[in-house]
Amino acid sequence: MSMIPKDLKYTASHEWVRDNDDGTVTIGITDHAQELLGDLVHLELPEADSEYGLEDAIAVAESVKAASDIYAPVSGTVVEVNEAVLDAPELVNTDAYGEGWLFTIRLDDADELQELMDATAYRSMLEEESGEDGDGDDDDDFDDNDEDDDDYADDDDHDGDKRK
Amino acid sequence: MQQTALYQRHLQAGAKMVDFAGWEMPIHYGSQLNEHKQVRSDAGLFDVSHMVIVDIHGPGAKAWLQKLLANDIARLTTPGKALYGCMLNPDGGVIDDLIVYYRTDTFYRMVVNAATRQQDMDWMQQQAAGFDLTLTERSDLSMLAVQGPNARTKALSILPPDQAAKAADLKPFFGVEIGEGFIASTGYTGEDGFEIMLPHAEAQQAWDALLAAGVAPVGLGARDTLRLEAGMNLYGNDMDQTTSPLISGLGWTIALEPEDRDFIGRSALEAEKAAGVKQRLAGLVLEGKGVLRSHMRVICSNGEGETTSGTFSPTLGKAIALARIPVASGDGCEVDIRGKLVPARIVRPCFVRHGKSVVAS
Repeated sequence: MSMIPKDLKYTASHEWVRDNDDGTVTIGITDHAQELLGDLVHLELPEADSEYGLEDAIAVAESVKAASDIYAPVSGTVVEVNEAVLDAPELVNTDAYGEGWLFTIRLDDADELQELMDATAYRSMLEEESGEDGDGDDDDDFDDNDEDDDDYADDDDHDGDKRK
Repeated sequence: MQQTALYQRHLQAGAKMVDFAGWEMPIHYGSQLNEHKQVRSDAGLFDVSHMVIVDIHGPGAKAWLQKLLANDIARLTTPGKALYGCMLNPDGGVIDDLIVYYRTDTFYRMVVNAATRQQDMDWMQQQAAGFDLTLTERSDLSMLAVQGPNARTKALSILPPDQAAKAADLKPFFGVEIGEGFIASTGYTGEDGFEIMLPHAEAQQAWDALLAAGVAPVGLGARDTLRLEAGMNLYGNDMDQTTSPLISGLGWTIALEPEDRDFIGRSALEAEKAAGVKQRLAGLVLEGKGVLRSHMRVICSNGEGETTSGTFSPTLGKAIALARIPVASGDGCEVDIRGKLVPARIVRPCFVRHGKSVVAS
């Protein structure tokens, strides 16, 4: 089972939220999410000062495999984005809850934090999902927008052309 | 779901397993990027036992293959020589792409895709009527691929001396029997290396020996990024039953000479040529930020096209794709990445060879 820090809040779409206790929250994707995505190679992050509603598509994480939407876990205004992960997306893989943070938001409504899952609830959700699909680590349970549907699950293989 | 003879070894190596055409196969063993780089810089080991090996025996084998394939098996005159080509439907659509190894005029070995196994076998059985031959699926054999600049040396090091000598003598795109098995200087990565067919127990031993020789296991994820960098087509993505080889970058695999060889799909291809081929499969290198995927809209100066395969190229550090676009479309285009138009360069569809970018910068 992947890492799930106790001091964070979580969404069903695998974002984590850290309450900075100053009216802002820091947001990233969970260790479980980065495991599902595999090696990240590109991130699209929101502009500072832009406003988002609850569960709006706010960012995109692209791995070698797929593009996945990241949804705003709370409504509010973007304060800061992590420029470091734009240059080094692998930070999300290596340190999802630390250097791999994505952006901070100034909350419109602090009560929205109460609606998020705590670590225990998130863990239960992951366990339930893994129970359902049998192996606990299935790609298909990740809420993504995988436009090309290219998860290798049912694509064709090919033995090669070898134009040497 | 089916498992290969190497299934337990994948688990031991920490593989994440996925369903691939009904087979439980390793997608990666931790990091697809690292596995990709391992093949470009050293040597990687793939289990491709899900692929379908079919032996064709009989006096009718040669004539049958000349009818079945758009490429001409008569081009093979040296035992062991391999031929890449397509099996077409009467409309010129691609039923599958495959490799045929020439053994004798009455014995050929063919390797086809796992995902198309049933349609391939049905089609071949149907077309075999009236020809004196037998088709035998070799499910008793596993298939390994060892690829990378050091693959040759490391693979030879685990073979008995007599077999190693035979393998070392192979020219590119040739194969030879080794004991109960078969080794060929072929691959799907754009690197040097071998593909090796062995009885299951021997394949398990070879797997262990290759790992001990410092060859790292590589999953199907990296197999896809490696083949795309090498500009090699993937059946189902870059061509299928609805696309002819002429618009799939596979014109070079069609043998229209001799004119009296009446292969399946020939008249459709001739009609397509006579009417003027409208599209081509090109390579794209993304100039802006983002990652290319399949089925993205491509806007060219003279019309629109679509990406058929796309990925982030670890070697180039940029997104690359194969795309079906109008012919004579110049050297620049834009790709619709989730509503944003991002500029891309149109290049020859081959991005990396032997570890290095072959795209002009």
